[in-house]
This record gives sequence, structure tokens and C-alpha cells, in this order.
Amino acid sequence: MMKNVLAIARKEFKEYFGSPMAYIFITVFLLLVNFFYVWFFFIQGQAEMRSFFGPLPYLFLFMIPAVTMRLWAEERKIGTLEVLMTLPVQEKEIVLGKFLASLALLTVMLALTFNVPLLVSALGDPDGGTIICGYLGSLLMGASFLAIGLFASALSGNQIVAFILGIAICAAMLIVGEAYFLLFIPDILVPFFNYLGLGTHFESIGRGIIDTRDIVYYLSVIGVFLYLNLVIVENRSWV
Amino acid sequence: MTTGAEKSSLKGTRHSRSLKVVFIFALGTSALAGNISTSNLLNAMIKIDNLTKYYGPTLAVDSVSFEITRSQVVGFLGPNGAGKTTTMRMVTCYLKPTAGTASVAGYDILDSPLEVRRRLGYLPENCPLYNEMNVVEYLHYIAELHQVPKSERTRKVKEMIGIVRLGDVVYKDIGELSRGYRQRVGLAQAMVHDPDILILDEPTNGLDPNQIIEMRQLIKEIGREKTILISTHIMQEVTATCGRVLIISDGRLVAQGSPDELISQAQGKEAATISLKGNEEDIYAGLREARFIEGFKKKGSEDEGEWLTLEVQSTSGDIREQLFRLAVEKNWSLRELRTERISLEEVFARITTS
Repeated sequence: MMKNVLAIARKEFKEYFGSPMAYIFITVFLLLVNFFYVWFFFIQGQAEMRSFFGPLPYLFLFMIPAVTMRLWAEERKIGTLEVLMTLPVQEKEIVLGKFLASLALLTVMLALTFNVPLLVSALGDPDGGTIICGYLGSLLMGASFLAIGLFASALSGNQIVAFILGIAICAAMLIVGEAYFLLFIPDILVPFFNYLGLGTHFESIGRGIIDTRDIVYYLSVIGVFLYLNLVIVENRSWV
Repeated sequence: MTTGAEKSSLKGTRHSRSLKVVFIFALGTSALAGNISTSNLLNAMIKIDNLTKYYGPTLAVDSVSFEITRSQVVGFLGPNGAGKTTTMRMVTCYLKPTAGTASVAGYDILDSPLEVRRRLGYLPENCPLYNEMNVVEYLHYIAELHQVPKSERTRKVKEMIGIVRLGDVVYKDIGELSRGYRQRVGLAQAMVHDPDILILDEPTNGLDPNQIIEMRQLIKEIGREKTILISTHIMQEVTATCGRVLIISDGRLVAQGSPDELISQAQGKEAATISLKGNEEDIYAGLREARFIEGFKKKGSEDEGEWLTLEVQSTSGDIREQLFRLAVEKNWSLRELRTERISLEEVFARITTS
């Protein structure tokens, strides 16, 4: 099974780079990330990366559904899904393959931001552990966004709709945990909604402590949305 | 009935045990029923049994049943929307049937979809392809997903490129190819893992007349070794490439047989067209009397009613000579005498519009 998953992942990853798409994503992402960081850098006057990781959830909110929108929607539209799904390949292999490809792209995007920690280390003496945790949290949070975006892509044959749905669901899951939303929630329910928020656990990891609760949360989100994705694909109602 | 030989041919398959049980059961029931020839059970490459598909309230495929044995090229003929694509999608395990079952090379589409797909090569309608990949890349990818061993892949891909003659465009991106080349890539993709069975949905759709001839030639060549099911709504395609035709209309299988069989079935008794000059009443009387004539119909008259054109049904066989003698006997002038052989187009039209 892994063979098929890897074959599909490899092909999808290559396809990202076969068109201007991946290059544009990466460039825009790096520009935005660096822009936000530098904006606050001198104001902060501290050798740390909080203003790098801070905006990340919102950056992901808009960029990641754009990365995943084509994964199912395009194949559905041009009909290649019919070819793919009449090959001796299981649906779950296809879901995993596509997820892994987008995860690989995310990893590349994150890896290319290495200039920021380099800069910080050169100018000061930052806490290395916190930075590593920050990246780990980014990866997990990003992977969750990817799983949600992938699921959204499976819901529609239209990439734009997939994009919007992806943002909608990601936004919902992000906002429920944010302070400005929790203001309106009755006190008893606050911890519950707080736990559900995608951003909450990211901040938590970003503080430098890898709490298993946070890891379990992210893995669960990924698991749930990949499973939902599988259900949608198995019961293909678009045929 | 060579039970031993048949049983041993089942060895080595993953489902051999359950298949043997099914086989013995089938033997038993067929022995009782005495209807099904047991040798057919094994020779049937595709066996479809009351396959039905509802899209919501719409009935797309209505209890279709047929069998296709080894090395047949079968044409699935029907108007657009008749249910051809839907049936094919069910056989390839892309779509789940609402009712009924099917098996491919002995494997059930619901129980063993992966095994079914391993033995099939499928080319969907409009030949969907990944436009960003080049031809070689794409064929390698499909071969990989078909679990063609790595050591064999290059050789098989080269073979395919040779068979469908893609040599000139091998490194081009698929998006740049013309329709004709795209269809050939699609065909190559369906064959790269050397399946016994090919299912092609309108393989000549959108091709120009030259490309159509090429494609049909290719299909005929491949059909010598493989079992092929083609769907089309073009009559000539069927007569040019297929030994057997299944006519489907409104989701139902309405006729099947070889093109010749279908034509003679629909034609029924032979008919001749004759053009006579003489007294109209006389002619009618004379024709009614003749014993070799079953019936006749006036088709028209020419030259201000002087010449009468009639279609004459025979009771059996070719009656042109008898008609000639009758005309001579009755002193009618005769200037045209021919038989009409109805075309497959007409068979199709009659069957699908009734």
C-alpha cells in the first residue's frame, strides 16, 4: 500500500512544481512571513520569533486552502479521477497520497523560512528550543489546515468553491479558540471552545513545551478530516 | 466436462478457495437447471447479471444482462444517454450498482474490485489525461499504479508507444497534443499492464476521419488477442470492428448478436422493389394471386402514373426471378427490380425508437 501512496504523493508534488503554482505560493508566503517579521523586529528589540509565528495561523488560513483546492476539484473536473479510481488503487491510498504531497509542499515552504532564525541567531541569542517548538507547532497546525482544505476540495468540483469552503471551515476551527470570540461565550463553555481552536494549541507549543495534549489534538484533527475525506470519496455522489 | 482441468486452472489466484466453492455450487445448480453450460462460466470474461442503476428517481440502467467471452470484440451500441457509460462505469467498479451484479474474469465487482481493476484496461469517455505530464512520465505513472514491476516498466511503456505509434511525441506534454494523439495515449494507458480485457468508451469520439480509420484498425489488431468492449453510437464503427453487438436503449438491452444476425433478424423475410408499367388494378390482382408473395406496398409512381413502384414481401427467399416471370406472363413492362438490404442504421433506428 505504501508504494501506491508514495507514487501518488510523488506525482502530485511534482505537479505542484510543474506549473507556476508552487513557485507563486512559496514566494508569496515567504514575502508575507518575512514582511510581518521585519515589521515588528526593530520595534520588539528582542531576539525571538514571536512575531514570526504570531501571524502564521492567519497566513495559513488564506494560503493553505489555496494549496489544497486543486487536489480533488481539478481531477474531478477534467475527469482524471475516473482513471485514477479504476486503477487497482484503494481510495485511502489516494487520500493519503494527496495529503502527503501537500504536506511535503508545506514542509518546503516552512524550511525556506530558515533565513529568519538565522538572522535572529546572528543578531542575538535566541532560545533555540522555543524556535524548534515553534516550527513543530507550525507543521502540525499547517497539516491540520491541509487536512481540512483537502476535505473541502473533495466536496466540490469547482476549485473556487473548494477554496472558499476550505477557508470557511478553517476559519471556524481557528476562531472558536481565539480570545475575541471567547468573549462572547458563557464562562462554563470557554475551556471547551478554547480547546477546539487550531490556534490555541499552536500558541501552547510555541511557548516551548511540547504537551501531548496539543499533539493529540492536532493528530485528531488531521485524522478526523482525512477520514471524512475518505467517506466522501468512497460514496462518490458526483458520478 | 473436465472438472479436474478446470479446477486446476483456478489455482494460484488469491481467491482460489472461495472461487472453488462458488464453482462447485455453480456446477451443482447448473446440473440441476441444465441450462447453463459450465464451460461458459469459465470462459466468460465479463458476465453481467441484471445490473441496475438509479440516479435518484431516474433509471439509467435497467436490469442489463450479458456475457462476453474471451477474445471477442463487442460493440455496445446505443443512442446518447442510453446507459452505455453508466454500465461501463459499474463494470470497472467506478460506480456501485443499485442492484444486480457483475463479474470480470471470475471476480465479483462488489467483492473484489481491486482484482477486477487489475485485469481491466479502461479508457473513459473524452479520454481524460493529466495535461502537465509528458507522455512517457504519464505512462510510467499508470504502469506504476498497476503494479507493473519496476524492471519491466520501461520495456512495457516502450512497447505501448510502439503499438499506438506515439514515437514522435514521446516527450511532449500531454496538454500540447492533438486529439488524435491524446486518444492514443489513453489507449496506451489502458494497455500498459497487459490486461486481458479492455473497456473503451467511445474511443473514436472527436477524431477526424483518418484518425478514426487508424483507431479502428488498431482496435481490430488488439482485438485478436484481447477481449474488448467498445461503446459507440456510430454504426460503421460496429460493423467495421465488432463481431458482436449489444444494442442498448433507455437503459435496457434490446438486441444482441452479430451485425449480420441483427440485420437478417430485423429484415425478416426478403423484400424486393419492382417498377412496373401496366393497369394498376391488374397488377394488384396479379400480385395478390401469386403464392410466393406475402404482401406488397405501393411506394410511388413515376412518369404521370405510368410506372408503378412497389415493395414486395416474399414468403421466403429471393423472389426476383419469380417476379420477373410473373411480369412476363402478365405482360407488364418491367424496368427496375432489386432487393433492399436494410442497413444496421435502420435496425438501430427501428429498435431504439420503438
